[in-house]
Formats: sequence, structure tokens, C-alpha cells
Amino acid sequence: MRIEPRKLITPGRVIIAIILGVGFFLTVRRFALGLGAATNLSDQAPWGLWIGFDVVSGVALAAGGFTMAFLAHIAGDRTLHPLVRPAILTAFLGYLLVIFGLIYDLGKPWNMPHIFYSWNHHSAMFEVAWCVILYTTVLFLEFLPMVFERFRVEKAMRIIRIVQIPIFIAGIVLSTLHQSSLGSLFLLVPGKLHPLWWTRYLPILFFFSAIAVGISMVMFESFVSSHFLKRGLELRLLSRMGQYLVAADLLYLILRVQDLTARGVWDLAFTGSTESIAFLIEMGLYLTPIVLLASARRRRQPGFLFAGALAGVLALVANRINVSLVGMMGASGASYFPSWQEFWISATLVLAAALAFGLAARYLPVFTAHEEPA
Amino acid sequence: MTTSSASGDRKGLLIDFTLCIGCEACMQGCREANDLEVPPPGAPPPEALNAENYTIVLPHEVNGETVYVRHLCMHCAEPACVSACPVAALTKRDDGAVVYDGDLCFGCRYCMIACPFHVPRYTWSKAVPVVRKCILCYHRLDEDREPACAAACPTGATRFGPRDLLLRIARERIRTQPERYTDHIYGEHEAGGTDVLMLAPAKFAALGHDAQVPHRALPELTWFVQKRIPWVIVTGSVLLGGIHWVVHRRMQLAKEGADDPATGGASGAHSGEGS
Ligand code: SF4
Ligand code: SF4
Ligand code: SF4
Repeated sequence: MRIEPRKLITPGRVIIAIILGVGFFLTVRRFALGLGAATNLSDQAPWGLWIGFDVVSGVALAAGGFTMAFLAHIAGDRTLHPLVRPAILTAFLGYLLVIFGLIYDLGKPWNMPHIFYSWNHHSAMFEVAWCVILYTTVLFLEFLPMVFERFRVEKAMRIIRIVQIPIFIAGIVLSTLHQSSLGSLFLLVPGKLHPLWWTRYLPILFFFSAIAVGISMVMFESFVSSHFLKRGLELRLLSRMGQYLVAADLLYLILRVQDLTARGVWDLAFTGSTESIAFLIEMGLYLTPIVLLASARRRRQPGFLFAGALAGVLALVANRINVSLVGMMGASGASYFPSWQEFWISATLVLAAALAFGLAARYLPVFTAHEEPA
Repeated sequence: MTTSSASGDRKGLLIDFTLCIGCEACMQGCREANDLEVPPPGAPPPEALNAENYTIVLPHEVNGETVYVRHLCMHCAEPACVSACPVAALTKRDDGAVVYDGDLCFGCRYCMIACPFHVPRYTWSKAVPVVRKCILCYHRLDEDREPACAAACPTGATRFGPRDLLLRIARERIRTQPERYTDHIYGEHEAGGTDVLMLAPAKFAALGHDAQVPHRALPELTWFVQKRIPWVIVTGSVLLGGIHWVVHRRMQLAKEGADDPATGGASGAHSGEGS
């Protein structure tokens, strides 16, 4: 990795320092004064941006880890190997972000250890919590080889290599459970979640949309890291990923359309209500990668690949926000819009994760030597 | 989740809006029994349940007459809130009360999302917040006393007793005075049945009670999926292991067949340096 000589104070760093500094201040304030002072949450809107974006979307955005582990290590698409490590690093940092998001959002985060001994296995939230704990552990194990390799701990490397495949399998199974369990959370509210989103198949839909966004995220972060870390772009790999993305989005949309049709709720999509508009935006975003990347010729152009990946990410965020916030609004009788502090803290967390990614990319063997010149 | 006992043991409240005179004695009794904040004199009455009011009485105009409508936790037979709580801070007692342990709660507020009757509230302004809702005065039940609201009610509009008995009384009232009541016992079927039952002179939807609440026990919806987790773990692991084995076996055979030395970066164990 080249390290170019740089000035200590750059505009970028000033912005980063401001975001983190204010974020720190808001953190202290949040815990000193409580959720009421920091958020626009209320008895009518008990869940807000921190659950809808940081946690429910965050887990899905970390889905690249298990998706790539499956494609490259289980299904044996060896060409994708160079993308596995960045994906695992993103997933690991993503899960840490989710945990921090939960610490902000939970009313009494210091009671989190209760999940270890006060069990209610009927609760989808119980499953969510355990999946976070177990999969973060697995991701840590998947991340360790980068550290061992960097510091040349040969013995540990040998052990890790032996258990690598079982660890990947455990990670994929846990992810399957976790991604779907976030959908299960909303099974309990057939009377509250708008019919455009409530279905018995929420867990399955959450799982398949996680696969699609996992692929999108890996592509997206390849573009971003090639830009910021001045690395080459693996165009051949990205266009292969674009192919997977089209397939995954198609599969998801088929399931979704099938479910909406079976429940006969299409008329609700065109009523002009907030929900119907949010729904149409979401569907549009899901269609975009398919339209952009269906042709092999376009899949060779970075612009199309980037736009497709970005749309894939936005589609997922739109879906998760729609399920956890927009779709729940009608029944609650109150409108909720996040406070600036909620936005700021979410931004702080995302920035912290991005900085951690940058550091890891600089000091650890995240990107192996499979680069093409840009 | 504690398994709810046979409905015969469960007690609850029957609240008859046609008998309620809007005196708010139940609200006062509730505050005293549960150490809730007493509003300063002249303060406007609450318009919805809140952390300091486990129950409220709201006036509704129906055909020129005022109907007083109580709101409180319905003490569901199979409470969504109880099934939702990941740390079992909410439990259903054998006597029917759905109770809360703030020391266990970690504040995820999933119970508030889950409750089909929009009941649980949160002390948002506190640095150490808790969930608040009617607990059927279980501390009084333990002393063989009836809930404070039932004890305070001067007209018998709120009545405490075994659910079976209350349901019989409610049916009897509708049968003998069909002109007085709408033919609906709120809580008989809502959310699979609740231990608080309500009678009204007009449709519940017109009185601010959610008439859209599904008529089935909600926890089943989650359990239907949750109980398949062990199956997913076993099948998933075997399937993934199988795919891995087959794929890699095929690759190996192909490699042996072709004897091609180009192996690519499969193990990811390349040099530590990037570019
Ligand atoms: S009404 Fe709501 S809070 Fe009360 S027991 Fe039922 S689900 Fe729980
Ligand atoms: S807020 Fe507390 S009581 Fe409610 S579900 Fe979460 S942990 Fe349980
Ligand atoms: S049963 Fe007790 S806690 Fe519930 S409303 Fe009546 S007085 Fe309040």
C-alpha cells in the first residue's frame, strides 16, 4: 500500500473531526438525558431511525460477508476470492455498528447481558439478539486470518485454515437465521404493518433481499475503496457480480410480486397515499439494477455497475425503512421524523465504521494481489 | 413465555361503558395503588394513555349522548407483548395479570410495537427509562384484594372477577337488553381473547377502540417460524457442507484430469503486502 506524504490538516479531516466531535457530545447527552431528549421517538412511534436504519438496515448491509463466503468458498466461484476479505471486513464492522446502534437505541443497554440468562425463545427479538452475538463472533473469527497473516502468526494461520470451511458454514447458517429473523420481528403486527408489507413470508423476503444487497454492497464498496484508497478496480469481477445482482434482484422481485398478487393488495399500491408512494419508490429502486445491468455490454462499464450497485443498496434501505417506519405509521396515528441528533449519531457511526475500514485496508492484507490497473 | 393456564383460573375486568359516569375514580384509584404522579389541580386531563396514567376515561359523543370510554391494558390470554419480550421482562400470571419487571427489561420497546391495542408506554424523558402499563394491580391480587379501579368504581361499571363469570354476565346483559348494547363483547375474541372485557352502547370503532385488531392469538405467527430454527440449522449445515464437498471434489478431479499447474489465489494466503 502506497502512503503518500500528506498535509496534516485537510478539509476532509476537518469535516471528519467535526462530525466525530459533535457525535461524541451528542452521545454524552443521549445517555445523560435519555432517549426523549435525543430523539423524536414517542409512545406512538417507539422505533425510529436507529432501529430502522442502524439496526434493521445495518444487518442487511452487512450481508456481503455471508453472500461472498457462499459464492466463493461453498459454491466454488473462485474468481470471486479477492472480494471475500473486503466483504468480511465490511460485515464485521457492520455488525459492530449494529451493536453500537443498539447501545444508543436501547433504553437500558447495560441490561443487555440479561439475554444470556433470561430467555424467551418465543420472541423474534430473542433470536435477533442471539444471532447478533453469535454471528459477530463468527465474523471475528473470519476476520482473524487477516491479522494473523499480517503479523505472520504461522501456527494460528494453520489452525484457522483447517476450521475455515466449518466457520464459513456456521456464518452462512447464522446469517440465514439472522436476516430472516429481522423480518420475523414484524410477523407479530398484522394489524399494524401496512398490507403492502405485512405478509407471512416476511422472513423469507428479508433473507432474499439480504442476498441481493450483500452483492450490491460488495460492488459499492469496491468502487468507494478504489476511489478513496486509490486502488485499481477489478472490473472483470465487478461485472460478474453485476450478473449475480441481476439474478438476485429478479428472484426477490418474483417472490415479492407473487406474494403481493396472492394477497390481492396491488390496488393499495396506487392510492397516492404516503405508503403507496414509498412502496413504488422501493419497487423502482429494485427494478433499477435489473434494467441497468441486464445487458452484458453495460455490465462492462463502471458507470452502469456503480449505478446498479447504488440502486441495490438504496432499494434495501427503502424496504427496511418502509417496513419498520413508514408501514407502521398509519396504525400508530402519529407521524415520526427523526431528530437531527438521530441523523447525526447515525452518521457518526457510519463514519466511524468507514474510517475503521480505511485503517484496516491500509494496515491489514484485506485486498489481495488481484488487481487490474484502473 | 409462561404458558397461560386454563381460562377458568383467569380473572379480569368487565367494563360496561353504559354504566360509566365519567367520574374518573378509577384513574385516581389507579394512581394511588401504583404510585403514579398525581396531576396538579386544573391540569388538562390526559388524552391518551401515558406513563403516569395506566388507565384513562375519554368522553365520546354518540347520538347526542356522552359515552365514557375506558382504556387500559387488555390482559390478553396470549399476550403479544409477552411473546415479544426477548428477556422475559413481561409475563402472564396464572391469575391473568400481565406484569412487568423493570429490572430485567433492557428497553428494546418491541412490546410497544407488538401490542395490538397500543397499550405499553415508555418513560422517554428518563435517563433510566421503563415500560409502563396497567398490571391488573397484581400486588393487590396477591393480598386477595381486587384491582384499585374496580374497588373505586361507584357504579359497578368496572367489575373484577373470573373471566368465565364476567363473560357470562356480559352475554346476559346483551341478551336481556339488546337495545342498550351493541352486540359485541370487546375482548371476547380480539387478539385471541383478553381477560379485560368491554361492553358499549355503540360500535367500538366509534368509541376510539381499535376494531381492526385481528381475532387470533398473535404469538402463533412468530412461533410458526421460530420453531423451524433447529431444522434450518441442521438442514442448512448439511446442505452447505454437501455443496462444498461436491463442488470441491469436482474441481479436484478436473485439476487432476488436466494436471494444470495454474491454481489461482484459492487459499487467500498470498503475500502480506497489497500492491
Ligand atoms: S393489551 Fe397489549 S400490553 Fe396488554 S397484555 Fe395485551 S399485548 Fe400486552
Ligand atoms: S422494552 Fe423491555 S419489556 Fe418491552 S420487550 Fe423490550 S425488554 Fe421486554
Ligand atoms: S387494574 Fe390496577 S393498574 Fe390496572 S387500571 Fe385498574 S387500578 Fe390501574
